Amino acid sequence: MKKLSLLSILMASVSLLFSQASLAAGHCGEIHLGSAISLTGKYATNGIHAKNGYEYAIQKIKDAGGVMVDGKCYNFKVTYYDDESKGDRGATLAERLISQDKVQYMLGPYSSGLTKAIAPVTEKYKIPMVEAEGASRSLFNKGYKYLFAVLSTSEQYLASAVTLAAEMAEKQGKKPSSVKVAIAVENDPFSLDIRAGVSEDAAKYDMKVVIDEKLPRDLSDMSAILTKVKLLKPDLLIVSGHSKGAATAVRQIDEQNIKVPMIALTHCEAADVTGKFGDAANDILCSTQWAETLSYKDPIFGTAAEYEQGFKKAFPEYKDKSVPYQTAQATAAVYVFKDAFERAGSLDKEKVRDAIAATDLMTFYGGIKFSDAGNNIAKPMVLRQIQDGKYNVVAPSAFASHKLNWPRK
Amino acid sequence: MDQILGNIGLLFEFPVVNLKIILDGIMVGALFALAAYGLALVWGVMNVKNLAQGDFVIAGGYVSWWLVQNGFPALLGVPVAFVVMWGIGWVVYKLVISRVIERDLFTSLLATFGLAIMMAQILNLLFGSDTQSVDLDYDVLYFFDGFIDVPIAKLIGVLMASALAAGVIIFMKSSRMGQAIRATAQDARAARVMGIDTEKVYAFTFSLNSAICGAAGAIIVMVWVIQPFYGISYSIRAFVIVTAAGLGNLPGVIAAGLGIGALEQYGAHIFGIGYQQAIAVLLLLLVLLVRLIQQRRNRQVLK
Repeated sequence: MKKLSLLSILMASVSLLFSQASLAAGHCGEIHLGSAISLTGKYATNGIHAKNGYEYAIQKIKDAGGVMVDGKCYNFKVTYYDDESKGDRGATLAERLISQDKVQYMLGPYSSGLTKAIAPVTEKYKIPMVEAEGASRSLFNKGYKYLFAVLSTSEQYLASAVTLAAEMAEKQGKKPSSVKVAIAVENDPFSLDIRAGVSEDAAKYDMKVVIDEKLPRDLSDMSAILTKVKLLKPDLLIVSGHSKGAATAVRQIDEQNIKVPMIALTHCEAADVTGKFGDAANDILCSTQWAETLSYKDPIFGTAAEYEQGFKKAFPEYKDKSVPYQTAQATAAVYVFKDAFERAGSLDKEKVRDAIAATDLMTFYGGIKFSDAGNNIAKPMVLRQIQDGKYNVVAPSAFASHKLNWPRK
Repeated sequence: MDQILGNIGLLFEFPVVNLKIILDGIMVGALFALAAYGLALVWGVMNVKNLAQGDFVIAGGYVSWWLVQNGFPALLGVPVAFVVMWGIGWVVYKLVISRVIERDLFTSLLATFGLAIMMAQILNLLFGSDTQSVDLDYDVLYFFDGFIDVPIAKLIGVLMASALAAGVIIFMKSSRMGQAIRATAQDARAARVMGIDTEKVYAFTFSLNSAICGAAGAIIVMVWVIQPFYGISYSIRAFVIVTAAGLGNLPGVIAAGLGIGALEQYGAHIFGIGYQQAIAVLLLLLVLLVRLIQQRRNRQVLK
């Protein structure tokens, strides 16, 4: 009996200590955000990149004095659930966040597929969601009112490579319509958008698409496509299949000694093609939402380069690689929330929603301004070329820091 | 449709493509055959259909990848993966398989299915969901104006696979344990009566299967890429091959493995790479149909 009472006193004092601690740090209130994100399963790598981006933003905003809403200061706090990279799981967890945890504002999951699964739920409960990792354009033709995306939509990802190929053909004194295009994309919403963007732009120039194939989800060998590439000699090869697509393509392009003047991929950084395959990755074009060499800046995160340095300091595991754009855009999504809360001057979710819709913000990640459909129309896609193991921006020419190496050796 | 016809046209326009497809198919088929042989062994001896077969392959791949990350030479990965996966196979047998071996078909299917999910997630937690590969710094041999490429790494992989297969065959034919395994496969009860410790044979067989898969995985990581969730595609192929070749028919397993490898590559060329795995499943369906018809004929004879 005595033991028990001693224990309860101990517990009471501990809890007292905690409440005091929270009081001491607690002149700022808390704004509770929720996110179902892939911490396991096939999207785990990028899901964790995104989560780190969220966490870094929250810390930086806290260090900068928090979110000032109507004269009171708040800090963000996020409840994460692991959606296991599965859409149905994501939707269930979104329901749980909203109805059990009473979350009023959501940060997005990773991938278009998961965002597609969650958006109907947030829409149903009228919960504003700012997402940073779902680029499929099919997210923005459903008339969603509470979904906002800071990134460029996916059909823009590699479309600029087509323009670039046309420019190079003209420089050679040939017609853009003489360019032959080969497309190999995974059979998922994101990659199919990329294909749509590329084939639309190719059709504009009247280019011929000589190969148009879908990659399987568990791709580990694409020699069948590359053999055709060897036979049909396209001038532009487009490959998009998340990290495995990039890794497989770079490895087998080198192995089969494929000579195509221009090769454009997605997810080069995520697959770490320069680290894994070295020179084999040279002169490949990679699309990116963001690059640390861009000259964008904002008062909280500084320039793009400063963001990268700060992030690497906070997350030392990124020390030896470049910070992926998935992380930068996740940070930008939290920033949009901060900005919207401050302009709304209220925690009412309808007012916050209207404030998000009216966002016109310059960030380290680029301009952010939402169309009526909710996608960001203020930021262009960037193409970088791997030159001697470094990612150098080569397109669009307005931001280009380096010249394009063409044709690829 | 146009594309399919165009692709078929390419086969005739450039006959050398056929050689390339068959070569690629044989190289990938050799590894399918290895995984399938292990499956046939476990299936035949213990009547356990191991749905985690592919995950043992991937686990072996990660053993080898981990060694290379820690500065060991890549070729060492194959024997080390063999030994490590032997140990893991033994543990899995003692923990899981030995408890379901006497139960009906569904219990062992469910148990190994659960095992497959567990293994994939454990690999994911340990190594992350990135695709990984080991890059061997060997040259690539080119023939026919550079049209046919044979990376020396692939060649070494296939040679190692054949050496392993040959080793296992000799072991099964001539060693005491091999004889005991074959005896148990034929009739476990009779084997027990003759003084064979079948429990030991089961544990040995399962460990051997796991080790073969591990070595296959270590070869795969040198030639292709692996990811924690790729196991299922190797499991499917192993099932197709064993179903096609039958249990205890080793030359059949090897032939079916190489054949499926080549047919898949043809399918990928003609219908597009997205249908590569569909070809494997379609073949399974065909094999089952043929088997069914054969059995019906047998039954009629029996009447």
